[in-house]
Amino acid sequence: MSERHDFEGGWEPERYELQAAPAYRFHLGRRDVFKCLGAGIVVLVLPGRVFAQESGRERRHAGKRDVPEELGAWLHIGEDGQIAVYTGKVEVGQNIRTSLTQVVAEELCAPLGSIRLVMGDTQLTPFDAGTFGSRTTPDMARQLQRVSAAARELLVDLAAEVWKADRASLTAANGRIIHRQTKEELDFGKLTKGQRLTLAVPDSPATTPAQRWKIAGHSAAKVNGRTFVTGQHKYVSDIKLPGMLHGKVLRPPSFGATLVSTNLKEAEAMPNVGVVRDGDFVGVVAPSEFLASRAVKAIQADWKLSPQISSQELFDSLKKPSGEVQDRGDAHRMGSVKEGLNAAEIRLQQTYSVAYIAHAPLEPRAAVAQWENGKLTVWTGTQRPFGVQGELAEAFRVSEDKVRVIVPDTGSAYGGKHTGEAAIEAARLARAAGKPVKLVWTREEEFTWAYFRPAGLIEVSSGIRKDGTLTAWEFHNYNSGASAIRTLYQVPNQEVWFHPGHSPLRQGSYRALAATANHFARETHMDELAHAVSMDPLEFRLKNLKDTRLRAVLERAAKAFGWGTKPGSGRGCGLAGGFEKGSYIATCAEVAVDRSSGRVKVVRAVSAFECGAVVNPEHLKNQIEGAMVMGLGGALFEAIEFENGKVLNPRFSRYRVPRFSDIPEIEVVLIDRQDLPPAGAGETPIVGIAPAIGNALFAATGVRLRSLPLVPHGSLKLP
Amino acid sequence: MPEVTELRINGTKVGVNADAERPLLSVLRDDLDLTGAKYGCGEGQCGACTVLVDGVPTRSCITSVGAVASKQVMTIEGLEQNGKLHPLQEAFLEAGAMQCGYCTSGMILSGVALLRQKPNPTVNEIIRFMEGNICRCGTYPRIIAALSKAAKAMEETGR
Ligand code: FES
Ligand code: FES
Repeated sequence: MSERHDFEGGWEPERYELQAAPAYRFHLGRRDVFKCLGAGIVVLVLPGRVFAQESGRERRHAGKRDVPEELGAWLHIGEDGQIAVYTGKVEVGQNIRTSLTQVVAEELCAPLGSIRLVMGDTQLTPFDAGTFGSRTTPDMARQLQRVSAAARELLVDLAAEVWKADRASLTAANGRIIHRQTKEELDFGKLTKGQRLTLAVPDSPATTPAQRWKIAGHSAAKVNGRTFVTGQHKYVSDIKLPGMLHGKVLRPPSFGATLVSTNLKEAEAMPNVGVVRDGDFVGVVAPSEFLASRAVKAIQADWKLSPQISSQELFDSLKKPSGEVQDRGDAHRMGSVKEGLNAAEIRLQQTYSVAYIAHAPLEPRAAVAQWENGKLTVWTGTQRPFGVQGELAEAFRVSEDKVRVIVPDTGSAYGGKHTGEAAIEAARLARAAGKPVKLVWTREEEFTWAYFRPAGLIEVSSGIRKDGTLTAWEFHNYNSGASAIRTLYQVPNQEVWFHPGHSPLRQGSYRALAATANHFARETHMDELAHAVSMDPLEFRLKNLKDTRLRAVLERAAKAFGWGTKPGSGRGCGLAGGFEKGSYIATCAEVAVDRSSGRVKVVRAVSAFECGAVVNPEHLKNQIEGAMVMGLGGALFEAIEFENGKVLNPRFSRYRVPRFSDIPEIEVVLIDRQDLPPAGAGETPIVGIAPAIGNALFAATGVRLRSLPLVPHGSLKLP
Repeated sequence: MPEVTELRINGTKVGVNADAERPLLSVLRDDLDLTGAKYGCGEGQCGACTVLVDGVPTRSCITSVGAVASKQVMTIEGLEQNGKLHPLQEAFLEAGAMQCGYCTSGMILSGVALLRQKPNPTVNEIIRFMEGNICRCGTYPRIIAALSKAAKAMEETGR
């Protein structure tokens, strides 16, 4: 395993896409941020270590990489008072460009408009492991708070020196330092003029508690929103470089196929077309995408196919042990399940499953690559610019400092853009062409050659007493993953296992990882138990739950939803709650089922969410609504169908994603715990909707559904 | 193959040199640098490539450039007038009706067409009209809110 897996492997084994071998190995035959920033001041945070001038970045190349927290961000205040903040995080629609800007504005006491975030650029920004796992808010926001607070204190020092004043009588506000007695003011630009100061902050300066936030904690509009509504924002697929060509790659006819022979003559004879073959990689370049597509179609290739498992046989195959269970299986044991089952009055055993689904980001993978004097620059939409830099360095056998990866704000990702496929392909073609090359995956390529959310099989067996007390809980997850696998309900006897499987499809991270699958199984099973003892599902959960934060979201969601009032005929209500990555969610849903057609419609859904202190309420709500909508797709109808190594539904006309008419009336209740540090929120709100809908469908029809998607073709078979 | 040599885009005549069979989307993006219209599917299913052709929302990915040679094409770049955003653009900003923004141009142009047809659409009318536009980030409720907001604002200001 290569060095770059050091961080990820440790925490979350189901990030399979990061453990895979590179797709191609080609047979091919530092910059200095402080210098290029110009005058002003640079502030960076370096906890617990002595800062050696301008050496911060090099350290990660020396053996094992440092943890990302070590040097997470720096900021520069120029002579014009403009503040540039450098972070390796990327913007893929979570609106962190805005929320992080707010955090800086808050601590630095500067107007939002004077702050610019430079994100995801391996040459300009500090190393970052990647934008995933909901770590931006808890880690990066915290770092930026500290760096900004330190900068503010430095500015106060500078002003105190200018005025020969006591720093205690000075305040920072709105991009200025103000002398409270003399009412004199100096703006940041004046203070930094002519300076060349670098300040490393070794420890934590005092930061503003959430209770006193004036800019953070409020709803600020998307900072670069205007460039989106006017179509001016340049996504990777919009970039055009002088002399740029368009690339296309020859894809195998099915998964697992290997290239035997090719006939490139016809393609090579096309005017202005270049063809590259390097091992199993075959691609073309042409002056237009139209021509490149034609050229790639003109290539004749012989492939050796290998037998592949189809959707139908999937779940049997996932249960076959991968042989890795001993070393990678994740187990949690408490008490004795056997005794717990003996003590139970009612025992229940059920199996649940989830299908492979696709992220289907609206902007497919894309990259623009350019080689200049042995140095490679690639613009690509990835959640791991530094990871992709490493992939490129490995594929082309150059050192990482010869590779620069730049990530413009990207057309979404949802955990699906951790890898650098398009970057590698574009770079290989650009290298051969001697010109910049743009390569944009088609929707079909994105559906086929990206990675999927893992399918999984989950077996639960449990025992309860008639009064609703849980006595035993045994939970086995095959293949989908270990995220949120443990139950927060009180059970004295439990055993929880994750068994990695042999996945027939390439699988990897997806928003909230396996937390969706595990919550679906757990919260459906809890609902079944509640009905088994004729208890209200909310009451049953609360009876077995001590965790006050989970109780709070359940109670708040239920209240806002009006839990307990009887819905009309053909309707039913369900609820589910959960916890993951530092935040808590509870979702209630009401469904309507058409008696004659079985058509299912989610009528309304209410989620209560708590992730500590709220940084931007509107953007947080936006994320929660978005997660509920996305989760609704996976709950009701999204599934990748495959046979003989081919995806059968690789397009939006055959793979159904939620549309306007699918959307219920959505209400979001935020619990703002200003006494707690903020946690990430882009993922967890997705986990409640599927079990809430499934439970509601049971309430409406008496039909218990235990597989996601619940109604693959939009309607339910009623008895 | 027949060539298209002139198009009318955002109220101006522009010279091009394009095979009439080529998709309008590719001519707009690659030849004219009007990259506001996006590729999302290439099969008319997602609406990311939506432009207005004689005022009608049209999927430029499945429309040949030859078919629009004599028509008025409007792209998102032509919506802002003299530095002033269209009320629907304003409403998208106010309602926070986007996350990654990749669907936004198509959503706004479809929405503009709807508001021209129905200055005061009901929620159901919005849903029916906008059904062909996908927002994978799931900002649908906000897009509906933005459309209602814009309708109100336009009524008040008479735009
Ligand atoms: S790209 Fe044209 S509808 Fe999707
Ligand atoms: S905002 Fe991302 S697709 Fe709509």
